[in-house]
Order: sequence, then C-alpha cells, then structure tokens
Amino acid sequence: MAFATSEEVLEAAVCVDLYRTMVRIRSFEERIRSEYHADKSPGFDIGAGRIPGEMHLAAGQEPVAAGVCAHLRPSDAVTATHRPHHVAIAHGVDMAKMAAEIFGREGGLGHGRGGHMHLFDPAVHFSCSGIIAEGLPPALGQAFAFRHRGGDDVAVAVTGEGAANQGAFHESLNLAALWRLPVVFVVEDNDWGISVARPASTAVASNADRAAGYAMPGERVENNDVEAVYRAAGRAVARARAGEGPSLLEVHTLRMWGHFEGDPQTYRGDLATVEDRDPIPHYRDRLLEAGILDEGSVEQIAADAAAEVERAVAFAVASPEPDPAAATSYVFA
Amino acid sequence: MTVVDQPTSRSPAVPPRRLTMAKAMVEGIASEMERDPSVFYLGEDVGAYGGIFSSTTGLLERFGPERVRDTPISETAFMGLATGAAVEGLRPIVELMFADFFGVCMDQISNHMAKIHFESGGNVKVPVVVTSAVGGGYSDAAQHSQCLWGTFAHLPGMKVVIPSNPADAKGLMIAAIRDDNPVVYLFHKGAMGLPWMSKTHRALGEVPSEAYETPIGKAVVARSGRDVTVATVSLSVHHALDVADEVAADGIDVEVLDLRTLVPLDREAIVESVSRTGRLVVVDEDYHSYGMSGEVIATVVERDPSLLVAAPVRVAVPDVPIPYARALEQAVLPTPERIRAAIHAVTR
Repeated sequence: MAFATSEEVLEAAVCVDLYRTMVRIRSFEERIRSEYHADKSPGFDIGAGRIPGEMHLAAGQEPVAAGVCAHLRPSDAVTATHRPHHVAIAHGVDMAKMAAEIFGREGGLGHGRGGHMHLFDPAVHFSCSGIIAEGLPPALGQAFAFRHRGGDDVAVAVTGEGAANQGAFHESLNLAALWRLPVVFVVEDNDWGISVARPASTAVASNADRAAGYAMPGERVENNDVEAVYRAAGRAVARARAGEGPSLLEVHTLRMWGHFEGDPQTYRGDLATVEDRDPIPHYRDRLLEAGILDEGSVEQIAADAAAEVERAVAFAVASPEPDPAAATSYVFA
Repeated sequence: MTVVDQPTSRSPAVPPRRLTMAKAMVEGIASEMERDPSVFYLGEDVGAYGGIFSSTTGLLERFGPERVRDTPISETAFMGLATGAAVEGLRPIVELMFADFFGVCMDQISNHMAKIHFESGGNVKVPVVVTSAVGGGYSDAAQHSQCLWGTFAHLPGMKVVIPSNPADAKGLMIAAIRDDNPVVYLFHKGAMGLPWMSKTHRALGEVPSEAYETPIGKAVVARSGRDVTVATVSLSVHHALDVADEVAADGIDVEVLDLRTLVPLDREAIVESVSRTGRLVVVDEDYHSYGMSGEVIATVVERDPSLLVAAPVRVAVPDVPIPYARALEQAVLPTPERIRAAIHAVTR
C-alpha cells in the first residue's frame, strides 16, 4: 500500500510557519549547545556545568518535527525520543519550562526530576523516552484512550531508524493496525545509530517497506524536505483522524551534530558535507526565490526566535535548584 | 483464617458467601467496571477463555470486547498501551499471564509505567493495575513458577500487593483500581482455588458481596501468637497457618503476619509483632537473596536489634531456578516441613 500522491503547492502561510518552526528549533538547540559547553572546559566532564548529563541535540532534523507537527493540535499526543527538543517545540511544549527542565531546575516540566530525555507536558499530551522504540507503545494507549472517549484526536510516535530494529517497534505496528488505532508512526532516519551506519544495522532499504508487513500504508520522504514531510504527514494524520488506522512515515533526515554533545564523531566520513546539507538555509533560499519570504522577514523570524529562546533560558536560570531534601518526592501520587 | 477490613454491617439473615480467590478477584474487577466506565481489562486469553488462571471469568460476557480485550502475544506493546491509556485518563488493568514473562516487557513496566509520575514531577498520573500469576508447586519449571515480587518491589514507582485469601483478593483489587499509581497485583496460582490444581482449603473463603477496599500498605495478623512471628505473603500464609496449628500441640504459639503489600511495606506491623514475640521467621516463595526476606529482617534490625532474642530464620527459595522434577521442586519451595523446621529452630 502507498499513499495517494498529491503535490499541491502549499499556501505561503504554511511555508512560513514551517520555516519559522525550524528556525525556532535551531535557535533553541544552538543556545542549549552553547550553554552546555560553556562551563565544561578545559577538558570535557559530562557531569559538570550548568547543564549536566547526556545532551542529544536535533540540529538538522527540524524538517521532521516541523512538517509533522504542523498538522497537530494540542489535544493530539506526541511521543518522542532521547533526542526530543525539536519535536517538543514543534508540538507546542512550553519552551521556558522545557529549558528549565534541561537546566535541572524546580521550574522545569518535571521539577528537575526528568531531564532532557524525560520531558512531559500534559497540556499538549507530549512525552518522550530515553529507551529506543519504547515510546511507541504508550502512544498506542493514548490513541486507544482518544478513540474510547470519541473525537478524532490522534497520537504520533516519533522514533529513529535504529528503533525500527527493536521488538517494541514491530509489536506496536502490529497492535496499532490490528486495533485500527489513530496513530502515526514517524521514523527519523538520520543515517546513524550512534556510530553504526544504517547499512550496518538495517536489512531493508526503506523502513517504510516494513509497513506492508502490518497492513498499513508506508511512505519514505527523501532529501529532508520539509514540504514533502508536511504533505506525507498530512495524509497519515488525516487517515488516522478518519478512523482508518495507523500509517508509517520515514523521513531521510540529517544529524548535523554528534549523537550526544562531546561525541568526537571519528567514525563519520560524511562530516565535510554536513553544513551544505543543512535544511534550513536551503528552505530559506527556496522561499526567498519564490517570493514567500524576503530578507526582512527572514531577519524578523530569526530575531523573534532568538528573543523567545532568550526568554526561555532566562526563565530557566532564574528558577531555583530543586531542594535536595525533596529528592524522594513524586515517586507516588 | 482472620479476615479484617471488611465492612461490619451485614444483615444477619444473609448467610456468609464463600468464594474462591479467583471468583473474589473477578468480583472486585467487575464491581469497579460497573462503577467506573474508564476501567478496562486487557491481556492474553482474558476474553473468551476467562484468564488462564480464571482471573477474568465471565467479564467478557458481562462487559463486552471493548472493555475486556484479548491482546496479541506482544507484552511490550500492550503493557505500554496500558500506560498511555492511563496517562489519558483511563484506568486499565493489564494482565501479564505469568510474572515470569516480565523479561519481555519490563522496560515498559519499570522504565515507563513506574517512572513517569516521578519524571514528570508529579504532573502525570499512571493509574494502571498489572495483574500477574505467580508461584510454583505444580512442576511448571523454571520459567513458569517464579514469584518475583521482590523484583517488582525493588524497582521504585510501583505498589506491590499480594492477596493470600478471597476477601483480600477482592478488597485489594478494588483498592488497586482506585489507586492513582501503578499497582502490581500478584495472585498465586495455588491459592486461586482452581479445580485443575492442588489447592489449599483456604482458597475458599468468606467474601462480602458489597464493594470494599482492603487498604494497600497494611499487613494483617492472620493468627495471633506469643512465641514467634512468621511474616509472609501469598500461598505461604496458608502453609504457615497450617504449621501454626500443628506446632500448637508442641506448645509453640505462632503469630502469622500476612504482609499483603510489599510496597509500601507495613514496617510498623512487623516491628510491633516481633516486639511481642522476640522471634522472627520470614517465609518467602521468592528467591532467598536480595529480596523480601532480607528486607523484613532489616526492618526489625534497623529499628532495634534487641527486639530479637534469637537469630531470625529465612525460609525461601535457595538461589536456584525452580526445578521441574517434583521431588526437586518440593525441595526448594517453602513447604510446611521447612516452615516447621524453621519455627523449631528459632524457638529452640
């Protein structure tokens, strides 16, 4: 099965929104990267500094988050991965509270208990998990609950191409199809499972082919093209909202930076080409050529994004550290 | 058998009902499904079969396939589905057919279901009941006979309840469903009163017909005694009661403490009992090391080592997989013979 193809020209406002979302994400990720490394030198101590721990940033993968989440509303659920910021921002997670959580502060989404891999914003039904492919099963349950209570809300489960080799992925696709749950599975193929290149991990050329094994449509979007993601995701979300069941969408995207910050990426032979493949300047140029954006609006979008990120980080650093005496809070409701 | 925490009002004209533990468990589920439309049950063979160990008999007929759902053999997917549904306001009961199968879905249980409330700083509640059959004694061998309550209890974020008798099976089920946290509800196959398995005579017991909660986190004195405390759970409660009756003839007055809940553990009840008896035997059908038996003893020793006038004794599964052959399995289970020997040892 495949989606019907339609290559309608997107409305200018949609294009601008896609671009703006990508810029907001990049602005956030660049700032977090800078804050993360600011006090880890000389040398690199992963547990030191104002943002401790592993940090998985999503620069280059903005087209997936922007293209998919443009079809969602706050009542739709999204589950993301250990690399969650881009999806969170695109789905409308409170950026300030997310920043505060990344900084490990009391004002964070989880009052500093979760950290950057465990972000939960019930206002927009967003969650993420640090365990590969294990964000899919809870998305099934959210979709099940949505259908149970009526309405046409959907759940989107975002995961990476490495996850497509996990049992949880296959169990989830089968169960979602069997019960015709309103789920959209999104695979971000960034070519790398940490240091293992996709051809060394995956037997099929396209994970979208795996959809056939579960009687659902599958589609792969090439070239990290945000508009193609938007169109494909639109078809999948519409199918889920219509009660026709789940779909699988794979996007060939780009991990511009390391698996985590501090990753030397010595295994990677394609680093020299990464900058040229950055999706944001490419899309900006397309919109400029099409007359949808001009230089002034590009600058305004960048300035607005920077200001939003500045406010978020200011909120984060102004928020107090959690009280060590409360370290055992929140285990039980 | 001592049953507490039941409503006291009952018409004297109505004779007491006696149910098996399985039927009492189902009655608890059904009464909550009747009361609360957000409760549903899912798992393997829980529909037309009614649960391999009769945990859902009759529910499909009563509530239909939307609320009593057979799943594929995909424990990771359906365990996670329960978590997601709970996050969105439903109250799932999800059955793991044997606790031994935890290995294929423990990430969803431990890393997701049990941690989300914490990781979210209390902003997301996960009211799931995980039901699972535990225990050996019928030669089902190493992968279908374990208790494993110590494993669930060790990992933070789940309550763990283990009814030993029909009244508690109903009351703890209702309490578990109404609890806003993940609750692991472990029922011993040998205590369910199944017609196709050797069973204790106490698998049949008086059960009030109305809905009631047995409080989670409260142990109960199943038999009062002066000389030694036997702290235990599940089927071993019945073995301990049987042995207590026997050794009474030898002049040993045994107190049997049914812990009923491992998380949260009723440490006060343990200390209170031992402070009266001075002697402690812990009977645990789970593995010996790093588990419930050590935790119970540590509870006493940390509070006041002088409460004990004799070294405590553990009766648990020595740290081996459960063997298949009957003689071998009986050699490692906490049988009445081993419990009796432990009571004699500690009261010598």
